[in-house]
Amino acid sequence: MHTAVAKPSPAGKILWAVIAIIGAWCLGVVALRRGEPINAIWVVAAAIAVFLIGYRFYGKFINDNVLRMDPSRATPAVLRNDGLDYVPTDKWVVFGHHFAAIAGAGPLVGPVLAAQMGYLPGTIWILFGVVFAGAVQDFMILGLSLRRDGRSLGNMLRDELGPVAGVVAMFGVLVLMMIVLAVLALVVVKALTHSPWGTFTVACTIPIALLMGIYLRWVRPGRILEVSIIGLVLLLASIWFGSHVSVSPTLAPLFNFDAKALAWLLIAYGFCASVLPVWLLLAPRDYLSTFLKIGTILLLALAIFLAAPTLQMPAVTKFIDGTGPVFQGNLFPFLFITIACGAVSGWHSIIASGTTPKLLASEGEARMVGYGGMLMEAFVAIMALIAAASLHPGVYFAMNSPSALIGTTAQQAATTISEWGFVVTPDELLNTAKNIGETSILSRAGGAPTLAVGMAQLLHGIIPGEGMMAFWYHYAILFEALFILTTVDAGTRVGRFMIQEIAGLVYKPLQHTESWTGNLLATAICVGLWGYFLYQGAVDPLGGINTLWPLFGIANQMLAAVALMLATVVTVKLKRERYVLVPGIPAIWLVVCTLTAGWQKLSGPISFSAAAQKYAQAAADGKLLAPAKDAAEMQRIITNNYVDAALTGIFILLILTMLGFTLNAILKAWRINHPTAHEEPYVALGSVPIQ
Amino acid sequence: MNANLRAIWKRAVQTARLSCGVPDYDVYVKHLREHHPERPVPSYKEFFRERQIARYKGTGGRCC
Repeated sequence: MHTAVAKPSPAGKILWAVIAIIGAWCLGVVALRRGEPINAIWVVAAAIAVFLIGYRFYGKFINDNVLRMDPSRATPAVLRNDGLDYVPTDKWVVFGHHFAAIAGAGPLVGPVLAAQMGYLPGTIWILFGVVFAGAVQDFMILGLSLRRDGRSLGNMLRDELGPVAGVVAMFGVLVLMMIVLAVLALVVVKALTHSPWGTFTVACTIPIALLMGIYLRWVRPGRILEVSIIGLVLLLASIWFGSHVSVSPTLAPLFNFDAKALAWLLIAYGFCASVLPVWLLLAPRDYLSTFLKIGTILLLALAIFLAAPTLQMPAVTKFIDGTGPVFQGNLFPFLFITIACGAVSGWHSIIASGTTPKLLASEGEARMVGYGGMLMEAFVAIMALIAAASLHPGVYFAMNSPSALIGTTAQQAATTISEWGFVVTPDELLNTAKNIGETSILSRAGGAPTLAVGMAQLLHGIIPGEGMMAFWYHYAILFEALFILTTVDAGTRVGRFMIQEIAGLVYKPLQHTESWTGNLLATAICVGLWGYFLYQGAVDPLGGINTLWPLFGIANQMLAAVALMLATVVTVKLKRERYVLVPGIPAIWLVVCTLTAGWQKLSGPISFSAAAQKYAQAAADGKLLAPAKDAAEMQRIITNNYVDAALTGIFILLILTMLGFTLNAILKAWRINHPTAHEEPYVALGSVPIQ
Repeated sequence: MNANLRAIWKRAVQTARLSCGVPDYDVYVKHLREHHPERPVPSYKEFFRERQIARYKGTGGRCC
């Protein structure tokens, strides 16, 4: 052992014992009280206690024993300080930056969808998933990258598992990114379908961003904060004006689109946004969305603390048997696929091996940023779950079930949902729609609208006022759409560079990122890839989210499994075999979940193949199944399902390949009796020469 | 108290800018003066533009 662990003081012991008892008590209430609804504060308190204990004990255990973070060791930021990318930075500043980079729409969507099984399964998975899997992954990848000059996940995989493993994983990342972009864009489509108010405000973000871009470029260069405040005021004005648009007989039809039209608009927009110079559109939106994201998360926390809502959703619903309308599949493995971000998210391994390790001034701060940052994200997921579970269950199911199941009128929906055991009247559904300034709330799956209604009700409970609920609803929709669209823009750009790199292997000139031919071509391919899945979602019989979200979950958890397998290999290579289970258990768990979910999506009653066969059978009999209106549409649905099945097959192969590389590397390293990991040599912090 | 508040504000601004991919300008200028006195010091405007482009150069991380 290189660091002596200080013995806790008696006062400290008492404090932690008290936290443990409070946590256990709250968890007991959350898990065991049946028959009467509980208050959300119990969930919040249980979460805080679990996170504190996880951070203090398990995080520290990983820090001291598994990673052996050493505050006396110089970090990449210190060794390669260039004032730009590598800069030793204050730990709170790094924490804020890291959290802003990992927090996105993911933790807000997954828990909302998972609420169909009740609040308990989701809560338990988020709390224990984050402590034993998600935060472990983020922290360990950050720790590994810190010891490797801040190298990226792909580079580390290449070094530790071999070049082929690196290429396979990077291919997986590209596919995952296309699915992420498609499913997130679909969330926006679902939120804006036939909603002139929402569509108008989201459309307004484009001229607002252009204005901000010009302001930042020529009027007051680099004044980000100032221009963001101007942008925010304009956004709020556009929400206010949107209410007039939605009732205007001349303006409303201009912003009233169906899902297909919105999908095309988003595809065209994504193309333009990633071809235009970044300062004009992408960067200013990014600034606005970053600040709005943090602001809205704080607002949600404030709303939950002040409103202290009662959870109306039962702790566990009958849908744990796999018959749920929001997503298909049993609790195992689909709960663990549906809630990805918030419990464990593979994407974070890219951030934790990206900018963050180049900023940390000391290895001693890695636990706070890596482990602590992920706990914060889990807290966001818990809040999203609370917002969804505090809704009337009837309203929740009306919003999240596909119209193929609940019909298209409030009357049909209320009847069906009441038959499921969640009694609701058509008036309740119509009133909710009226309160939020929309004509219908039915079948708006995707998390954003549900969260927006939940947030609007919470905020309305604190700040009442005529028409305020509609304002809050559209505010929440706008902010989610804003940061999803920023992800789509930036992701398309990153995807374009990746595609250009791959194309460059075949034909060298395509690699030049400055060349317009290469640029336009690669952007078109990238937009075409995610656009295909987006359009497929827009015409999907089950509403799209139902189909695409599991694909996204499988891909994201696959990446997390790869990151944790890397951490496992390195632990063995460092000859710390007795701690192999720390990254090993979550790695195995995720491999099992993704393979099981993948298999069920490949063959069996809820698989893509079964859906394709059902439509093929009907087509052969000359019948039409909704939502297809002619034989060509039937054919398209069949093809889409086969494409999804093939993609699932690729994910399964990918994870099996990576598993093979991992086991091989572990066996080799286990036999050798000295450390074989590719760490950079130790340099003492005090001895760093001035460059 | 006042100095404390100012320090907190400075950090908040630093965090906000870094979250948008713009590192601390003063730190960079100090670094240039100390280690590379021969190089020209960019204005904040030039520095900002360079960083803005660098942020979206690819490889960039941003979560779902």
